[in-house]
Amino acid sequence: MNFLDLIWLIPLFPAAGFVINGLFGKRMPKAAVGVVAAGAVLIAFVFAAGAVFQLSQLPAEQRSHEVVVYEWINAGSITAATGETARFQINWAFLLDPLSSVMVLVVTGIGFLIHVYSTGYMWEEDGFYRFFAYLNLFMFSMLTLILGSNYVMMFIGWEGVGLCSYLLIGYYFLKKSAGDAAKKAFVVNRVGDWGLATGILLIFVNFGSLDFLKVGEVIREGVAAGTYQMSQPIFIGIALALFVGATGKSAQIPLFTWLPDAMEGPTPVSALIHAATMVTAGVYMVARSNWIYQLAPEAMAVVAIVGVMTALFAASIGLVQNDIKRVLAYSTVSQLGYMFLALGVGAFAAGVFHLMTHAFFKALLFLGSGSVIHAMHHEQDMRKMGALSKKIPITFVTMAIGTLAIAGTPGLAGFFSKDEILWQAFSSSHGHFILWLLGAIVAGMTSFYMFRLLFMTFFGESRVDHHTAAHIHESPKRMTVPLMVLAVGSIFVGYLGLPKWLGTNYFEHWLEPVFEPLKFPGAAVAEAAHHSHAFEIGMAAVSVAIAVIGFLIAFTAYYRKSDLPARVSAQVGGVYTALVNKWYVDELYDALFVNRSKDLGRGLWRFDGKVVDGAVNGTALSTVKSALGTSWWDRWIVDGLVRFVGGFVKTASWPVRLSETGYTQNYALVMVLGVLVFVGYVLWGTF
Amino acid sequence: MIPIAHYLFLGAALFTIGVVGVLTRKNIMVILMSIELMMNAVNINLIAFSRHLGQTSGQIFAIFVIVVAAAEAAVGLGIVIAMFRNKETMNINEIDLMKW
Repeated sequence: MNFLDLIWLIPLFPAAGFVINGLFGKRMPKAAVGVVAAGAVLIAFVFAAGAVFQLSQLPAEQRSHEVVVYEWINAGSITAATGETARFQINWAFLLDPLSSVMVLVVTGIGFLIHVYSTGYMWEEDGFYRFFAYLNLFMFSMLTLILGSNYVMMFIGWEGVGLCSYLLIGYYFLKKSAGDAAKKAFVVNRVGDWGLATGILLIFVNFGSLDFLKVGEVIREGVAAGTYQMSQPIFIGIALALFVGATGKSAQIPLFTWLPDAMEGPTPVSALIHAATMVTAGVYMVARSNWIYQLAPEAMAVVAIVGVMTALFAASIGLVQNDIKRVLAYSTVSQLGYMFLALGVGAFAAGVFHLMTHAFFKALLFLGSGSVIHAMHHEQDMRKMGALSKKIPITFVTMAIGTLAIAGTPGLAGFFSKDEILWQAFSSSHGHFILWLLGAIVAGMTSFYMFRLLFMTFFGESRVDHHTAAHIHESPKRMTVPLMVLAVGSIFVGYLGLPKWLGTNYFEHWLEPVFEPLKFPGAAVAEAAHHSHAFEIGMAAVSVAIAVIGFLIAFTAYYRKSDLPARVSAQVGGVYTALVNKWYVDELYDALFVNRSKDLGRGLWRFDGKVVDGAVNGTALSTVKSALGTSWWDRWIVDGLVRFVGGFVKTASWPVRLSETGYTQNYALVMVLGVLVFVGYVLWGTF
Repeated sequence: MIPIAHYLFLGAALFTIGVVGVLTRKNIMVILMSIELMMNAVNINLIAFSRHLGQTSGQIFAIFVIVVAAAEAAVGLGIVIAMFRNKETMNINEIDLMKW
């Protein structure tokens, strides 16, 4: 089978699952709903794996396969900024190249595991079928996003995943907090989407196409011909507009506030949408548009700085959170910051690599936390956990692996990808020592809050109340098997991208055709400063050492001496309060934007009530008044005339009416007489 | 052979009886029967002329008239029944809805 030409089918399998479960799921047994949902994703994964395998068999320069299903929009032509006439033509087309192949495997593979897990986790919940219908709709949107071959297709998927995110965050819609969180996610994402839409329009106006391949070609040709210069304002504008979109979807400063609140959704949703796949859409989009970013180093600097600041900021909040899912949420924001740091320093492959490894261990951690929550009967506060390692051993072991992976333990996935990012942040031509330093500090913080989570949840004394303690149980196989698969992945996927001093970076090699640097005529290729392997190893050792320090602090504070956190928080009271309150960002946004919007709305409401309604009511009142006069005229003059005519005719016709007796025989008699007269006339001539 | 005039006189007599019946009787059923009488008077004329002129079209037309008469009887009786149900009377003078 030629899977390469069938990639357009991949999103359709989950779409079919969505239709089946959405329409008939209510009447289907739960097992059937689960099989349909997970099966659709499994088939999509098989097709994706087949297509990627066939893609890998092609020579490197041909690894870009576009399938045009049909011409979708063809809306005439405009004169593009290049002076050429460009047609606004959008095809319903899919593109499989190394970048989208990585994404499609991560999304379908991890998506399938999470679907399987969800059949166990959501079994007791109301609206089981609704959950899976939404989940499949999400898979459809996400696959459209990553497989679409132009910006419009990507935008459709982008909005689709936003919608599904909204629906799934608000899954427990009877809870007000869930509804509010869903609304917040939706509204915050609108801000980002405005940026993305602006960026897309600018791309079309400037490059005359929205096809990824075509835009890349136009830029390459423009650069080769010397018409496109580095740092032209328009490129910086486009890159920043796209990045605004990415900050919304991928929860970066300033639009990150929705992601922690999104934890109101069911835990598998947090794993799938708000950790492994959807939130990485921004990373994907920036990586996809890498040629534009290469033309705008200033925008890349912004990306890198925003990325590292987000990483630092979110990690600092994560240090003190007590809700197990919120720690992971801030960790996700922080890790996404790492990815943007990588993109910002031009290490696109490293960013995507971290995206992939992060998808594994963060999905694992979220699902593990879900398993803990499941065991604890929906208790999410880590202060009420402890000493769970014996009671739920599989969850404990897999989560420990995830923690080791994210903390950057040498040999596990997180180490390779994070180290690559930190090394690139330091050594690439866009990098800087400060970026590396901040990144390394974040690595230490990551290690601290993750081990804090692990110790508070699984070690120490049990702080579980007696009622719950009696019922703690390991999750069913459907939930633990995906955990184990992801744990294995979290250990081994890192070996795809070994640092240079250890072996070959297959991953970077695979992505090279997509991230090919632009060749400026005459300019010397920007060589990264050359460093020895020993230096690189030294840098890695430093970041590991910082992570170990983080671990040791967590170990001392939460494993050995449990009163240390209280003393520390008492000493730095102000900072601690600020951290617990998430640096008051939500309050700040409320004061700056939310309440101002509400004020504006209230003002407009008043304007509406007083001025607009007043005008309408005034018009109505004056109409009523003037109608009184018209009505008098109508009643006495017009009606009077009509009645007079009617009455006159009635009176005048009085004698004639008497002939209408109503007796049938009278009429018949007249008829007969008439006939006789007629016959007489015929027979005897004229009168 | 009986001359044509005899038939025409018979027809005219029957027709006159029918007309007078329609105009003077008060019972609807009788009026309907009078109408039948008029139609059959016409039929006699048709047959007589058909024979007299040696053409069959008159006979064919008579058959048509019989068919129409049957249909008329059905509709007429239907109306009479409906009328009776509503008015509980067969007197045509009590049915004067067309009055001014």
